[in-house]
Amino acid sequence: MSAPETGIGAGRRGGRKGDGGSATFRKIGDGAANVVVREPGRFFALCLDTGRACFVWPFQWREFIQQAWFIVSVTVVPTMLVAIPFGGVLSLQVGGLIRQLGAQSYTGATAVVAIVREASPLVTSLLVAGAAGSAMCADIGSRKIREEIDAMEVLGINPLHRLVVPRMFACAFVALFLNGLVSVVGLLGGYFFNVMLQGGTPGAYLASFNAIAQLPDLLQAEFKAFVFGITAGLVAAYKGLNAKGGPKGVGDAVNQTVVITFMLLFLENFLISTLYFQFVPSKGM
Amino acid sequence: MGVEIRVEGLTKSFGRQVIWQDVSLTIPAGEISVLLGPSGTGKSVFLKSLVGLLKPDRGHIWIGDRDLPYLPERDLYETRKLFGVLFQDGALFGSMSLFDNIAFPLREHTKKSESDVKRIVMEKMDMVGLLGSEHKLPGEISGGMRKRAGLARALVLDPEILLVDEPDSGLDPVRTSFLNQVFIDLNAQIGATFLIVTHDINTARTVPDNIGLLYRRHLAMFGPREMLLSSEEPVVRQFLNASKVGPIGMSEEKDESELEAEAKMGLDSGKLPPIPPQQMASDGMLRTGMHAPGAWCAAHGVTPPPGSFIDDLGRNWVEEWPRYVASLTPVGAASAPPPGGMPPSAPPPGGPGGQFPGNPPPGRPGGAGY
Ligand SMILES: Nc1ncnc2c1ncn2[C@@H]1O[C@H](COP(=O)(O)OP(=O)(O)OP(=O)(O)O)[C@@H](O)[C@H]1O
Ligand SMILES: [Mg+2]
Repeated sequence: MSAPETGIGAGRRGGRKGDGGSATFRKIGDGAANVVVREPGRFFALCLDTGRACFVWPFQWREFIQQAWFIVSVTVVPTMLVAIPFGGVLSLQVGGLIRQLGAQSYTGATAVVAIVREASPLVTSLLVAGAAGSAMCADIGSRKIREEIDAMEVLGINPLHRLVVPRMFACAFVALFLNGLVSVVGLLGGYFFNVMLQGGTPGAYLASFNAIAQLPDLLQAEFKAFVFGITAGLVAAYKGLNAKGGPKGVGDAVNQTVVITFMLLFLENFLISTLYFQFVPSKGM
Repeated sequence: MGVEIRVEGLTKSFGRQVIWQDVSLTIPAGEISVLLGPSGTGKSVFLKSLVGLLKPDRGHIWIGDRDLPYLPERDLYETRKLFGVLFQDGALFGSMSLFDNIAFPLREHTKKSESDVKRIVMEKMDMVGLLGSEHKLPGEISGGMRKRAGLARALVLDPEILLVDEPDSGLDPVRTSFLNQVFIDLNAQIGATFLIVTHDINTARTVPDNIGLLYRRHLAMFGPREMLLSSEEPVVRQFLNASKVGPIGMSEEKDESELEAEAKMGLDSGKLPPIPPQQMASDGMLRTGMHAPGAWCAAHGVTPPPGSFIDDLGRNWVEEWPRYVASLTPVGAASAPPPGGMPPSAPPPGGPGGQFPGNPPPGRPGGAGY
């Protein structure tokens, strides 16, 4: 048993000797290398480890439910409050545009498409990153600086399995619901604005639903929401687990979590939308 | 019965800041060792490296035949089950009550029934004097109480190795002495290997079998208690006597001019103070790790400072020791040969107490109010 290990140790020691050169390199390129190579590398490593921890039995159902409930409690109200005006604004804008083009009867349909396909994943990502991700990062980060994570590891518990996996799935699970919620609330808002304020007829609004909207629209939105939830959970876990330097460190980690999650989610949104349009044909009229 | 920790050439740095380098020491199985060092010399980092929470840049940590820094994850988690660790700030789980915190390792790693769990947890809480606070949350108790709760959690699985980071910070002197007695009694009962980081000179002088001193990014010295207490090495001497005179200054080390000035003024820490007798386990237990008083000095031809090994009652423990040992039953000595200086006195069978590992802990000294 000891032979291969001394092998590893010896290898490291040998590798150390050539380190003089890379030390100067490190001095120059530390900041940049950190941002471009090391951080994403470590993040990716965490993703892989978390992926592996997903298959460790037993799944932490209690933690999952508690966390899901917690995330719901911090996101539902803001989601609705954001979704209503969002749906309204979209309806107004799209409705106005559509009327100019002379296709009033399709306002309902276009609003649906805009809301279900793009707006609701967008609002979901906003809430998932801003409310769920930040809360999760703050939670994990403060555990980290209180050495709870270390204590857990010493007690032989893998914090990825115990804390991160249930949180990540809770986040994804709630994102699915939020997305549905935003779609419904947004559509109601749109309906209200279209019918009450723009003088559209209820019949036309509803009838045009079927014309353009199709089930894959909703499915791709739900898929997006799921991916967003997983991403937000992973980023929050990564930043939280690497928090250091006391309470200020946790604050920084939360801040970075929100910014990074936003960027990633918008990128993912773009990629998924592009692929969707590539592979799923739009409904003919 | 305790596990030896063998550290070879360990080096750790964070970025370009070297914390310590080439630390080599062997922490003997079943003995109590104390690690000292000025604030910020990386004692906590050392403890964390020993449990594999931090990866050293170089070197080996042998726990049995396993080299900790290079273990695959699964073996690492397995090896960690040998350890009980008390972190500097207790590291309790903030969302759980004290009871659940202490029960956590039992619920995770054993299949004990809830009534057994409750019994063991209550036992440990009694041992650290926390009975009555079991439903409080960590945020609702004092720092000293958090420390003790953390200790109870570290003890609950009867670890082979116990690492303790500053048990005495945030504790009053009375509780500190009680806690020291708890460590000694525990060591007598479970025979675990103890490594205690402390700033308390009194603890360092009277509790351990071995003392180590980290200083200026190196392990200045590690060895039997008597070796360090009788050492003339300036750093060791200054630290173990909590003296202002010596190479250690407020900012880690004094500069030359300060040292010269001190030398000119003839300030010298004078004669070494006597080596105090080591604190004994209570209730007639004998720690297998304990060395006979004066044995190291005798074996190495060192004359201990005058007045050494004499306790408050005026008894000289070098003379008292064989008589004392003969009147006791060594605990757990049946399997392991007595280490180093222990006199080979045959233990009378079934002596006072009849303590065996796993027995309920004996009453604390004085029993009450802690
Ligand atoms: N995770 C870390 N990243 C970077 N530097 C660290 C980290 N942990 C500790 N250090 C540095 O290592 C040094 C030693 O820290 P450590 O906490 O081990 O000191 P200590 O000897 O335990 O001090 P004290 O007696 O005050 O507890 C400090 O200078 C600290 O800045
Ligand atoms: Mg420390």
